[in-house]
Amino acid sequence: MDFSSRLIEEAVNQIARLPGIGKKTALRLVLHLVREKEELTLQLTEALNRLRTQIRFCKTCHNISDDEECAICRGPKRDRNVICVVEDVRDVMAIENTAQYNGLYHVLGGVISPVNGIGPADLNIESLVARLQSGQSTVNEVILALSPTLEGDTTAFYVHKRIQPTNVRVSVIARGVPVGGDLEYADEITLGRSILSRTQFS
Amino acid sequence: MILRRLSLINYRNYESAEVEFSPRINVLVGANGSGKTNLLDAVYYLSFTRSSRQPLDSLNVRHGQDHFSIRGDFEIRDRRDTVTVVLQPGARKSVRVNGSEYSRLSDHIGKYPVVLADPDDVDLIREGGEIRRRFFDILISQVDAIYLENLMRYNNLLKQRNSLLRLAGGRPDTLALESYDGLMAAPAAYIYQQRKAFLGRFIPVFDRYFRFLVDEHETASVEYVSGLDEMTLEEGMQRNRERDLVLQRTNFGVHRDDFRFLLGTSEMKKFGSQGQRKTMVIAMRLAQWDLIGADKGFRPILLLDDIFDKLDDHRIAKLLELMRNAFGQLFVTDARPDRTAGLLRNVNADVSVYTVSQGTITLQQ
Ligand SMILES: [Zn+2]
Repeated sequence: MDFSSRLIEEAVNQIARLPGIGKKTALRLVLHLVREKEELTLQLTEALNRLRTQIRFCKTCHNISDDEECAICRGPKRDRNVICVVEDVRDVMAIENTAQYNGLYHVLGGVISPVNGIGPADLNIESLVARLQSGQSTVNEVILALSPTLEGDTTAFYVHKRIQPTNVRVSVIARGVPVGGDLEYADEITLGRSILSRTQFS
Repeated sequence: MILRRLSLINYRNYESAEVEFSPRINVLVGANGSGKTNLLDAVYYLSFTRSSRQPLDSLNVRHGQDHFSIRGDFEIRDRRDTVTVVLQPGARKSVRVNGSEYSRLSDHIGKYPVVLADPDDVDLIREGGEIRRRFFDILISQVDAIYLENLMRYNNLLKQRNSLLRLAGGRPDTLALESYDGLMAAPAAYIYQQRKAFLGRFIPVFDRYFRFLVDEHETASVEYVSGLDEMTLEEGMQRNRERDLVLQRTNFGVHRDDFRFLLGTSEMKKFGSQGQRKTMVIAMRLAQWDLIGADKGFRPILLLDDIFDKLDDHRIAKLLELMRNAFGQLFVTDARPDRTAGLLRNVNADVSVYTVSQGTITLQQ
């Protein structure tokens, strides 16, 4: 593509590095920004700057957070007897949207997949064990809400084995979630139901 | 099942060809390299959605062209189905039945069953265990869809487990290894049970064909050898843990199973003569044809590619007897027209003979 402007070309190339955006779409966005008021671009870049420099991961559950500990972990009305274990922050958002769950979370940051270079040590599994073993823990149930894939199954199996010594009850969400689909894509009603009708891990 | 008509465009050495077939015996004669095998391969392609010779589809397009198509008109009892395969540049391969396209090619496999016997089959006896596992895995998958599911699950877990062994430079997480052992146990047990059960059906049929072809008094059979004969998968994994860590791969499991072909008690891989081995692999293909037919309720098409070579006259006569009486539609290739003509003089069935030469097919009157 010939942009006849080095500035445009640079901006297009940067935006096209984002997932799901090709050069054509990037060019459309760039031309839109150029046409609109300067303010729009400045607000956008400021928001992105703040996002990247100020965003944090909760020290307890690894959810995204504005503070050291996230709003869910600090929430006074959350049920502190249950932890729901998920792959990533998108799953937290999906489950929160169902309004069927009021416990705490633990974000693993992925699933075990040695083929892709991800072993158990690359995930937030030890911090989950530490949470359960801490003297202040009131947790009596861990819900495994991982995708019904081979990697999800492996991770569930591993986490179950790892936390077995703590004697906390382990359950899995019901498989009403379409097979092979990520939690993120399951509709809210189905996902909400599958959390309510969870079963003992076996 | 009968293939009534086949049309090819730019497939291998065929520019454009259309041919009607006999519902019984079709003999293709012509020099080596004339395109006899390519014609059988096109029939195979309609069944398996891939070539038996060349896995890379771009190399199945006629030289200098950019697309190919294969079309076959099938009859299964009173059903008429047209299967088309089209490969075009920049598009994924399309397979259609009566105009409607499959979203998954694997859904097509097994619907239009074809069995191919060719000279490479002796590798089944000569080579390592992998090729024999493949033979039985494909065959069992054709009659048991759950088997294929378990096999895919087991193989994917195995791949992950082997990666795990290499991942941590020889010091992988023990609990993670145990997790894979635990998850692999169920599919491994299923695969083991089904291989065993299937051989129970396979051996008598295989033995019957073998002994028919050679008038042999000794029994032909297949012995299934598996680590799971002795212990469960998890026990075996436990015992091989140290070896796995050193070699950084999984040393126990159904991926190490083997099938030994026996005549009486002697193993064909070590002691068989060329003729015995060749007869044995033909008997294997005929047993495959027989069992798939029993499962589907109709007879698969049988493709016999250049299998008369190195068989003595007696065995060829026996094979012709089967061709005359037992099989459904047959395709046979032979590089020696004189031999085929002589052989078929006594066959009193609906026989069509085609001359194949440089990508053209002509029916002999
Ligand atoms: Zn938190």
